[in-house]
Amino acid sequence: MANDPAELAERIASGDVRAAARLMRDLDDIRPGAIAVMKHLYPRTGRGFVLGITGNPGAGKSTVVDALISLYRAAGKRVGVVAVDPTSPFSGGAILGDRIRMQRHATDEGVFIRSLATRGHLGGLSRSTGEVVAVLDAMGYDVVIVETVGVGQDEVDVVSQAECAVVVTVPGMGDEIQAIKAGILEIADVLVVNKSDREGADRAVRDLFAMLELRGHDAAPVEIVRTVATSGKGIDELAHAIDRFRERGIHASDVPNAGGITPRRRRRAQATLRELVVDRLRRATDGALAARPELVDEVAARTTDPYTAADELVRAITASK
Amino acid sequence: MTSQRKLRILVAKPGLDGHDRGAKVVARALSDAGYEVVYTGLHQTPEMIAAAAVQESVDAVGLSIMSGAHMTLFPAVIEALRARGAGDVLVFGGGIVPDEDLAPLKTAGVAQVFKPGASTEEIIKWVETHVRPRAEAG
Ligand code: B12
Ligand SMILES: Nc1nc2c(ncn2[C@@H]2O[C@H](COP(=O)(O)OP(=O)(O)OP(=O)(O)O)[C@@H](O)[C@H]2O)c(=O)[nH]1
Ligand SMILES: [Mg+2]
Repeated sequence: MANDPAELAERIASGDVRAAARLMRDLDDIRPGAIAVMKHLYPRTGRGFVLGITGNPGAGKSTVVDALISLYRAAGKRVGVVAVDPTSPFSGGAILGDRIRMQRHATDEGVFIRSLATRGHLGGLSRSTGEVVAVLDAMGYDVVIVETVGVGQDEVDVVSQAECAVVVTVPGMGDEIQAIKAGILEIADVLVVNKSDREGADRAVRDLFAMLELRGHDAAPVEIVRTVATSGKGIDELAHAIDRFRERGIHASDVPNAGGITPRRRRRAQATLRELVVDRLRRATDGALAARPELVDEVAARTTDPYTAADELVRAITASK
Repeated sequence: MTSQRKLRILVAKPGLDGHDRGAKVVARALSDAGYEVVYTGLHQTPEMIAAAAVQESVDAVGLSIMSGAHMTLFPAVIEALRARGAGDVLVFGGGIVPDEDLAPLKTAGVAQVFKPGASTEEIIKWVETHVRPRAEAG
């Protein structure tokens, strides 16, 4: 990298969109120079409010994000968006189409939208999502909205990234709601029944309510909001529900410690750290495996058992550190 | 570290015509070829396209123009990219473009134009040889 990382970080933090976008690219591509810049940006993060949006494919997540951008902009807030779509496991390529719904904000200087592909990462986000969120946070975006892949079941990663997780469902899913409830109700801080212009919205709300009831009375309260994202109906109620969630969080379970750190924030830091360690170890593992092809052959030929081989690889990895 | 520089390409439809079939076919083909394609949909102004190209830090912008307005739209997008400091982003595209317009478009900075009937293999081969990952941050 030609530039001094500190100087580049400074430029990005003071709003250089082009430099920021390129850094995001380098983070996504795992370019070595990007980490040096992140080290300078990290102290500037932690100010923005990170909001996660997840839910079934086509439920209207991007349209909800689009409507929320309008609302937050009207309130004078600057908004960053990270929208994740799946990478095809067959081609390695991806069509990143979430942006289509948000393009009316493309030239608004108070809005920065970035699309990412999962690149094989599981959990509904890309490996780089947390880092890209951090860049937007360091740039001073007041709200950073993360839209997960619409995989339906295990977009649980959003919980570790976001301060508030909004789960978007639609009417008429019937049994599908049953199927997703386990994963999704557990992570929802706010539930949305979008496409409420369609038949069955009342029933969807009732079903979700009944499922929330089953969680017992000491479970955290979860509000259910009806929206029609295409017209913006219900979006202000959604924003209020999100605000109320934040207030509850701050006043109830999420009491800051002596250093001013809330448990939720600490959990996020731990998740980020864990993710980075796992990622480094995974890459070290791939490297160790590539360096010792004979071990793989031996395990395949049953001349070495996989446990012994695994121990040996772990020794090789830790010795090389 | 295992670094994976992957091409990112923005596919957009500037102008007012609603012919999005070609754009979608090309977007799908590029994704099937292993590229990351940001698709921004119909009715994009040059400003919207350039802003998206910068935020998405793409290597190239592919425009689909079936309305006959290619002589104004292609240069307008190139100009908007330059104005945002992204003049290094390659601009190419396709659509209904008469042969006599091909040379002036090239002079205006359009890297390549694919006409109706162009095969997706041809397009991918061209992208493979002409689109390179942009410089890193800095
Ligand atoms: C299908 C079609 C329609 C469909 C569009 C459906 C859709 N969602 O796309 C419908 C019926 C809606 C339609 C409507 C109209 N159409 Co029409 N339509 C066509 C038609 C027959 C085929 C276009 C098509 O889809 N081809 C298949 C795709 C795969 O091919 P393609 O788009 O050409 O894309 C290829 C290349 O051009 C290139 N390419 C294209 N984009 C890109 C982008 C990149 C990045 C790259 C690398 C390559 C690339 O690669 C592709 C693969 O080979 C053409 C005639 C023709 N032969 O092209 C007329 C045509 C485009 N239509 C025309 C007209 C006039 C209209 C209408 C105005 C008619 C009217 N009076 O109502 C309306 C306007 C609608 C609107 N809102 O804009 C004219 C345009 C005339 C002009 N430009 O001078 C054409 C040329 C017919 C003609 N000969 O008059 N149309
Ligand atoms: N009727 C109706 N349609 C809606 C509403 N919200 C979104 N849609 C439509 O639903 C479709 C999908 O919307 P998106 O916002 O792209 O959904 P998504 O959940 O982001 O989709 P993926 O990211 O592909 O999973 C689009 O055609 C929207 O216009 C709504 O409230 N009512
Ligand atoms: Mg979406």
